[in-house]
This record gives sequence, structure tokens and C-alpha cells, in this order.
Amino acid sequence: MKEATTTTRIVPDEKGRFGAFGGKFVPETLMNALTELEAAFEEATKDPAFCQELNHLLSEYAGRPTPLTYAQRLTDELGGARIYLKREDLNHTGAHKLNNALGQGLLAKRMGKKSIIAETGAGQHGVASATVAAKLGLSCKVFMGEEDIRRQSLNVFRMKLLGAEVIPAVSGSRTLKDATNEAIRYWVSNVEETFYVIGSVVGPHPYPYIVREFQKIIGEETRAQILQMLGKLPDEVIACVGGGSNAIGMFYPFIQDDTVALRGVEAAGQGVDTDKHAATLSLGRPGVIHGSLTYLLQDENGQVQEAHSISAGLDYPGVGPEHAYLKDSGRVTYTSVTDAEALEAVQILCRTEGIIPALESAHAIAEAVKRAPQMSKDEILVICLSGRGDKDVLTIQDALESEKGGER
Amino acid sequence: MTAAVNRIDRLFEDRSRKRFIPFITVGDPTLEATYQLAHALVEAGADLLELGIPYSDPLADGPTIQRASERALENGVSISDALQLVGRLRESGMEASLVLFSYFNPILQYGVERFFADLAKYGADGVVIPDLPIEENGPAVDAAKKYGIHVISLVAPTSDSRIQMIGEQATGFLYCVSSLGVTGARASLREDLADFLDRVKASTKVPTAVGFGISTPEQVRAVAPHTDGVIVGSAIVLEVERHVEQLKDPEQSAEAVEKIKTFVHQLASALQ
Repeated sequence: MKEATTTTRIVPDEKGRFGAFGGKFVPETLMNALTELEAAFEEATKDPAFCQELNHLLSEYAGRPTPLTYAQRLTDELGGARIYLKREDLNHTGAHKLNNALGQGLLAKRMGKKSIIAETGAGQHGVASATVAAKLGLSCKVFMGEEDIRRQSLNVFRMKLLGAEVIPAVSGSRTLKDATNEAIRYWVSNVEETFYVIGSVVGPHPYPYIVREFQKIIGEETRAQILQMLGKLPDEVIACVGGGSNAIGMFYPFIQDDTVALRGVEAAGQGVDTDKHAATLSLGRPGVIHGSLTYLLQDENGQVQEAHSISAGLDYPGVGPEHAYLKDSGRVTYTSVTDAEALEAVQILCRTEGIIPALESAHAIAEAVKRAPQMSKDEILVICLSGRGDKDVLTIQDALESEKGGER
Repeated sequence: MTAAVNRIDRLFEDRSRKRFIPFITVGDPTLEATYQLAHALVEAGADLLELGIPYSDPLADGPTIQRASERALENGVSISDALQLVGRLRESGMEASLVLFSYFNPILQYGVERFFADLAKYGADGVVIPDLPIEENGPAVDAAKKYGIHVISLVAPTSDSRIQMIGEQATGFLYCVSSLGVTGARASLREDLADFLDRVKASTKVPTAVGFGISTPEQVRAVAPHTDGVIVGSAIVLEVERHVEQLKDPEQSAEAVEKIKTFVHQLASALQ
């Protein structure tokens, strides 16, 4: 991989800290595995053969580079900034998750591991991991909360079809947080032969760093594409944030471009004034979850609170530590949109552009619906369309039908 | 704050005797039950008690201790309750060493400095923080030193080259994780466990204790020659779970406590 185009400050540091955030808050049993992973990653990314194999898979298997699409009709509808969509939905398997799963899958193979495990919320990372396992000849277990298994039955079926074993997590809220606990527990028990493919920029160091490095291709391509198309950088870039991997991938190559405003959009669920939301950066406090010090939804005793979003992929009480750092440094603005706003955004994008976005990505669209009209017609707004909405159509149908029933 | 020698150091002054260390979760199923059980465990032969602070996301624990945490959290048991329970045990004359077990986040929210000050104030001797490896424990160790409390380090079979580093830093005792994985009773122990324990012993001046998965008197006897202390958690918590309803009932709790005491006595006496 290439070095980031511009770097003034090196994060994470040697201890895996992004400013005050990050680190390795895990049982001692895993510490050696994390050190080995860090060394293996550094070595792999310096090896031209590894980079070549990854780039080959990204172009001939995943379908990269993904297009940057001018959204003419959405732009006309909103009446403000010119809107471009970075089409991560056109990746093989339907989301940006494949970029990282391919990278970590190759790394697992290079380290001589025969089995991978993964955790998943909406199922996109589970599908990507199952896909990579099939492609590379590895065995794969996917941990998924029982509630998410119910919400995302189509993706569960896809994972099984791809040869993965789906293991339900039955504790707590039975969603992504609990699936991650179970994956970590399994990893602690089987650390010597298992590679844990973490799906977002979360977890102990070096994961937030590794996942960012595998996802920054999103922003690198976007930057090059917009420069080639328009000869200038965008004025604003918007991406949704659950754990935050598509957002970091998109933002990172723009961090040094001071003229580019960056906005991360969290899930406000039923509203930030209710207790049913996933707005970690807006309403959380620094705490430790899944091996990392970051913003966290928690009560006054430090017990982790359950998050809520109509989107299973955003339903997470933590967030990547680099986002915590970018929030505190002020480089990225974090906002939130509700379930209802996201549903509205799904319909707007379908109607104007013929694209069904994932509910996660719909949060970024909903923010753009608010932002674009406030911007001038010669300004450029890029939205990261992190994934496609096939997996969510049943949820969307349920929500829209009950909305109608409730109103009339 | 007392200037006296920490009770853990005093306990292990005589290394000819092996020490028995049971674990229970604070507030499982009630704070009153934990108070009664703590006394019963000492009477059954415990030299040091490990008291778990319940946590919503106990990722180093297996299902048994996770369920105990959930039972305690249903009652709203907090880190403050655990500290006050320690105070109450001391007021009642308990002399055994008391070590709290807590994930790092509740401590962080309580305030690291305040937590160690209160451990000293209420009479605890140490703390085990399963998700705080030595790379991250600097602030906790600094505060602990100030108040005469031990932060107990853990060492695992996968620690490899880290064993020496951890052994040199350890204070109080060194907690040897006997198996990969989370807490929980296991049918058999690792074949290379004795080698691992001997390696750890050679790396450190402090006493060692072994835990995670030890659940029967036979297993206690098997590991004893290679360690200074044996920790049993899940097997006892499972026994508590079997008597949850009786423990909640003031009329039946004494009988339930007595049964658990008998069970623990069998484990403790396997050491002698």
C-alpha cells in the first residue's frame, strides 16, 4: 500500500494511542497475539508481493476502484451543493467491508492461520469475512447477536451459503456489542490458531490502525477521482459512523486538506433526547470497550448502555478511538440523524437516483439532505455510500408500513 | 491509611503453606448474601478472598460468572457497594486478605485515584483488573503505591517473552492464568501447566497463585506443588447459583450458606 498522501502528525503512536484514546485494554492472554499481529502487518505492508496480491484482489475480485457518481437529480431536488456519491455499494458483497476483510484475510493466511472469526451487526462484515474465507480457503465462524440474526435473516443465509458458521450471541442486548464480547471470548480460548478479523476501526491496537489502513483506499480514490473530474477538492465530505470504518477510510486522506469540511453522522435512533439512540460521540463519555479507550455510552457506574438504531450496523455503544480523537481535536464534526430521517433519506435516494442505500449509508444521505441546501451551487459535497440496501429492504418495508398504520 | 504491612505480603511470608483463594461476585444474589458467604468462606479455609465487582461486559469471564454479574446488576450493585462491603467485613473483624476483581471501566468512571484511596480507606489489600495489561496499568500502579494497595498482575500461557517483564513488575502475588480462554470450570487442565507455572515462579520474587478453570479437589492437588496459591471461582459461583433462591430468603439463607461452606471446605482442604 501507498503511504498516506499527507501526514503531519502520526497517529496512532507506538502504544496505539490516538491522542488520549485507543490502547490495548485486553486480557493478558491476547497481548502476545496483538504484538505478533502488529509485527505481521508492518512486515506484510512493506512486502511488495503482499501489496500486489491485495491490489489484484481489490481490482479483479472486489471491483475497485468504485465509481464516484454525480447525483444530478438529488442535487436538483435539494437545491444546493453539487452532490457526488462514492459508490462503496458497488463493491462485491455490497459494502466497503470487503476492503478490510480481504486485507485481514490475506494477513491471516500469511501468518499461517487456517481459521478466521468475525463479529457482525448488520451482517455486511460477516458476509465479507465469509466471502474472503471461501476465496482464500479458510474456515470461518461469525458471531452475531440473536436480535440481529432476526433482523438480518437474508445476510445470515448468505453467510451460511458461503460456508461460514453463524454463532448466535444471546447475552445483553443480543446485538453487535454482545457479538463482539463473544468473539473476543472465543479468540481468548483459541488464540493460537485463530485470526480475529475485526470489522471496524474498533478494538485494541493495532486493529483501529490496520482497519484504517485497509479502508483509506476509499478516500484516496475519492480524492483522485474528484481532482480528475473537477480539478478541485470537495468542500465537504459526509459519512455515517457506527464503529466508523467507512468514515475513517473516507476522511483519513482528507485530514490535511484544511479546506475540506468532514462530517461524521451517528444514529440518533428515536432521538438524542430519548434513551434509544446510538449517538456515542454526541452523548457518550470516555470509557473502555472491547479493548479500546474511546467515547462510550454508559451509566454513572461505568456499565455499558445498550445502543439503539433502526440500522443494525450502527447499533453500537462505542466508536473507533480515532473518531474520538478527531472529535476532540475538532477536525471532524459529528452529528446525528434519527431513524425517521434515515428512512426518509432512503426514499429520497431511491426516487431521485435509483439507488437503494443501506440504512447505515442513509444516515449520511439524511445529513446531506440537511446540509446541501445550506451550501452554494458551486460547492461540492461528497457522500460515502458505504453499502447497498438489499439486506435492509424487509426492515425498511416493516418501518414504512407501520409508520403509515400509525399515522392513519 | 495505615502504614502497616499489606495483608497479602504478610499472608505469603510463610511460603511453606499453600494458600486457598475463593472468588465470589459481590451482590450475587444480594449484598447480604455476599457478606454471609465471605465469612463462611474464611471459616471454610480461605486465606484470601477475591470479590468480583459486577460488570455489564465481562469479556474475560465465561457464562457462569457472567450470570452472577447479571444477577448482581439486576439489584443495581455498584463499585461503591463493593467498597462498602469490604468496609463492613473489616468492621466485623475479618482478618483475611481481601482483593477486589474489576474490569477497568468502572474504576475509570469512579476515578482511578479515588478508587485506590477508597480501597485503602475500607480495608482492601489489592485489586485484579483483567483487562489492564502492564502496558496500560501505569496510572493505576502509581495510585496503588501511594495507598499501599497491590495491583495484581496476570500472566498467561501465551505470555511467552512477556513472562519475565511481568514477573519483574509484579507485586502482592502473580496471578497465573491456568488455561487459555475465559473463566469457567474445565474437565482437564493443560498438559504443560506445570512447566508454565515453574517458569513463572523462576521469573519473579513474589508468590504465585493459579486460577481459571480449577474446579475440583483433584485439580487443586495437581497444581499445588507448582504454586503458592490456588484460586477457584466459577465452581463456587456455580454452587452459589444452585442456591440462589434460598440465599435470597432470610429464613433459608443460613442453610444455603452452610452447604456452600461445606463445598468450599473440600476444595480448601485439598491443599493441606
